[in-house]
Amino acid sequence: VEIHGEEKGRFLFNLSANLRAILRESPRHFLKLLILPLALLWFGGQAHAQQPVGAVTDNEVNEVARDIYCPVCENVPLDVCPTQACSDWRAIIRQQLAEGQSKEEIIDYFAVRYGEQIRSAPPRYGIFWFFWLIPVLGVGLAAIFFGRYVWQLQKRPSTNRQPVVTAVAKEDYLAQIEEELGKKK
Amino acid sequence: MSEITHQEKVMPRGRGNIRWDAILIWGGVFALLAILGWGLLQTFNSPPTDVAPGFEMRFYDGYHWDEKAVAHLDDMQGQIVVLNFWASWCVECRLEADLLEQAWRDYRDQGVVFVGIAYVDTEQHANQYLEEFGITYPNAPDLRIAISRQYKITGVPETFFIDRDGRIVRHIIGPVQPAVLTSLLNSMLAN
Repeated sequence: VEIHGEEKGRFLFNLSANLRAILRESPRHFLKLLILPLALLWFGGQAHAQQPVGAVTDNEVNEVARDIYCPVCENVPLDVCPTQACSDWRAIIRQQLAEGQSKEEIIDYFAVRYGEQIRSAPPRYGIFWFFWLIPVLGVGLAAIFFGRYVWQLQKRPSTNRQPVVTAVAKEDYLAQIEEELGKKK
Repeated sequence: MSEITHQEKVMPRGRGNIRWDAILIWGGVFALLAILGWGLLQTFNSPPTDVAPGFEMRFYDGYHWDEKAVAHLDDMQGQIVVLNFWASWCVECRLEADLLEQAWRDYRDQGVVFVGIAYVDTEQHANQYLEEFGITYPNAPDLRIAISRQYKITGVPETFFIDRDGRIVRHIIGPVQPAVLTSLLNSMLAN
């Protein structure tokens, strides 16, 4: 049903009058009336943002691509790499995501064909655990050595090497001062 | 005049008191430097110039050498091998594709084998490329980039000419020129 001209004006006037009346009579109802269309807009927007089933978004492709490094463009992750080779790889990622493969499966696929260096991080199996353990071992060893160092510092009676003046030396020293003072007089 | 005697309290350090912590730290530092040095050496190493490193090829579907779908470079010993690294995404490779195919057809009966290695390429695009240029000589993907690493290529296209004894005679970076290709193959055949 379409509303035209005068009818439209009357409709808007009535709507506005009704809203004002609701606001005056019951502010809580007015709030509900305000929230309802906003909620509808929000969830409606969500529904519109959904892709058709089976389609893979660029974000989903980039989520996988950012953890892959193309050997041609060293140190550039696949999601920002501009070359044709990287573009071909992204197309494969999209295809495999559409087939329902997981991120790990896709990265493994590339690693088998192009080597382990395509991974942004070493895998967690076999010899590669060594690379994960290095930082942990490094931090652990550093903590141990630092702890030992602090413990040794606390154990020492004195941190700087202060001269220890013996009783004999002290007597000699006083005698020497008196002698020097006698000379001056 | 008597002198003031000073006694310093110093931690006793016997001969048998080995500083394991210092040994560990310095050992770790040297190990790290050794790994870094080795990595740098690998990076800046020049391509092989004498004996061609051996490798295995698993040819693309429809391609084979001597009826084999998987072959080793050693299997080709006694023949002249033209080893060409290419990729479907490489524009320069397209400039030499027809020339290589034509040379293969001209020289195949004289004991010359052309081998194409697809570097960092997808199977689909590599096959499209091979079909586009009607390439019939054996072609294989560079699985795990193992072959290109052995030959330390800097990019594509690059071509290695390997003589009958398995030695690299010439290494060409960039597209091969027709005159160079003919003269090299004739010279190798004459030798």
